[in-house]
Amino acid sequence: MALLKRGKSAARRAPGLVASFIHVDAAVDAIRALRAKGYRNLVVYTPAPNHEIEEALEHGVSPVRLFTLIGGLTGCTAGFAMTIWMSYDWPLVVGGKTIASIPPYVVIGFELTILMGALSTVAAVALFSVLMGKRGTPYDPRFSDDMIGVYVPTTHEQLGPIEQLLRSAGAAEVRHETA
Amino acid sequence: MAVIAQPHDPPQGHVINQTHAEVTRDVVATLGPPSRGYLLLLAAAVSLFLIGIFTFLILIKDGLGHAGYNPPIFWSVYITTFVFWVGIGHAGTLISAILFLFRSPWRTAVYRSTEAMTVFAVMTAGLFPIIHIGRQWIFYWLLPYPNQRFLWPNFKSPLIWDVFAISTYLTVSTTFLVFGLIPDVAAVRDKVTGWRKMIYSWSSVGWTGTDNQWRHYSRAYLYLAALATPLVLSVHSVVSWDFAVSIVPGWHGTIFAPYFVAGAIYSGIGMVLTLIIPLRRALRIEHMIHSYHFDNLAKLTLLTGSILLYAYAMEYFVAWYSGNTFEQTTFYRRAFGPMWWAGWTMIICNAFVSQLLWFRKIRTNLTALFVISIFINIGMWFERYVIIVSSLSNDYIPWAWDQLNPTWADWGILAGSFGWFGMWFLLFAKTFPIVAIQEIKEMIPMPRRRGGHG
Repeated sequence: MALLKRGKSAARRAPGLVASFIHVDAAVDAIRALRAKGYRNLVVYTPAPNHEIEEALEHGVSPVRLFTLIGGLTGCTAGFAMTIWMSYDWPLVVGGKTIASIPPYVVIGFELTILMGALSTVAAVALFSVLMGKRGTPYDPRFSDDMIGVYVPTTHEQLGPIEQLLRSAGAAEVRHETA
Repeated sequence: MAVIAQPHDPPQGHVINQTHAEVTRDVVATLGPPSRGYLLLLAAAVSLFLIGIFTFLILIKDGLGHAGYNPPIFWSVYITTFVFWVGIGHAGTLISAILFLFRSPWRTAVYRSTEAMTVFAVMTAGLFPIIHIGRQWIFYWLLPYPNQRFLWPNFKSPLIWDVFAISTYLTVSTTFLVFGLIPDVAAVRDKVTGWRKMIYSWSSVGWTGTDNQWRHYSRAYLYLAALATPLVLSVHSVVSWDFAVSIVPGWHGTIFAPYFVAGAIYSGIGMVLTLIIPLRRALRIEHMIHSYHFDNLAKLTLLTGSILLYAYAMEYFVAWYSGNTFEQTTFYRRAFGPMWWAGWTMIICNAFVSQLLWFRKIRTNLTALFVISIFINIGMWFERYVIIVSSLSNDYIPWAWDQLNPTWADWGILAGSFGWFGMWFLLFAKTFPIVAIQEIKEMIPMPRRRGGHG
């Protein structure tokens, strides 16, 4: 907890600029220009996922899919292992039929595949978006409504030129974030 | 598709004539102070629920003897109602998950309400097997847990498959609903003040809509939809195997799984229509959910209703074609035996009433759709009643045949289930955005400085 709090206050202390955009193409221009100048640690807020902004930021594919796969495989294995082991642990011998018969256990294996796959997917999002994500970056309530926000952490010397860049790209508003 | 239409154009197709800010405003407005009508409905739901609780307490005190079980019928109204509510849930997952994967634009406006319906319907359904087992306090014996006698459940029994299927379905659909709500709760948080802001802030788990959050979120949502999709088809198949795996005439059919899945979706859409036709007016979201959406919902009803028509015909055909006396007697008695009224209610309400939806005028007439949806709800409850009770009532030996006489204990629990479901749905509609803010916004192009849509 202490570590998280320190991370939060450190982010607050770093100087930076928060630009608000009304127009999506203006925001995309600003992101491309900033990335061309070497700013890779931008934080972009949007009210809904937006493909143009995703493309401009050039993110790789989210690692969430690996968690879905591992969760699903774990569930499947657990479903079959549990049913087969439990059948032999207390055998119900009926007229010479197989003690552990696979076809009915497919139902349990299938259900647990889905269950564990779904739960590990959500756990992965919690891990990547909340626990490992940047915390305490400056926010504005309008970013969940109809505006796009771009937060640029930078140095004191660069504040002026970056503000100039954001404004010429078409930012509706630029706010200084300094402690 | 280039222009955002003028704000006051009548809504057409899936194009939304609103800006992002207007969407947030209108959806947040649905969470305002409740109207008198809402409070009256909530009071009605809570009263029904209390009737159910009262009945249940008497059942716990005295036992299942109060319910109308009569040999050879030991599965009756509770199991019927269980299957009814599980079925209701399926339409919600179909709309939220399957139509998401198919990129169907009309699902966006209605999916949140149908998904909430799913969760509450499955929550309701889950209570019935527990009520039905009689000694409700030891329901956990159904789960595989280490116990003093080293016993494990029999995994070859469809009833145990059902425990796994229903609990997985409840968990996954709840997860899907809550996960989808997070960005919307964040949007509400940024619009309200005071103690409400505190509660929504807490529930939005720090969502700010950063690029990093959306990147993982969108991917995860896709996988959750992909995982929920097979559940739509599998859960009701497993429920149908509770019957089909036995050798009771009328139950023992290979058609049961697809027949039950189609019936489930049909009944679910019936319930969706019953819920959202009044809801859209009460919450003033007529411009978001309009005739385009109802037309599509009605088409889906027509499709599944026609599958039911086929399944009913096929059941009778196979009973005749099999040459099996027991099967033939069961189906003869379904149409002409003592329960003929229930059998015909099911056939008329499901197979025939749904055929009215071939007409576009009926599909887009909300009053007609609402009336049809009530027929669907009644018809689908009776379908399960007929399948379960009429099949059991004709035992193998004619002297053992008997009829079911449902009692106040059966009707009390049935009424309670509607109250319990209605109560949760109404509370949800006033607490959380019933229209998915974020997904609606995704469909509206953001304004551009240079005009056009690049």
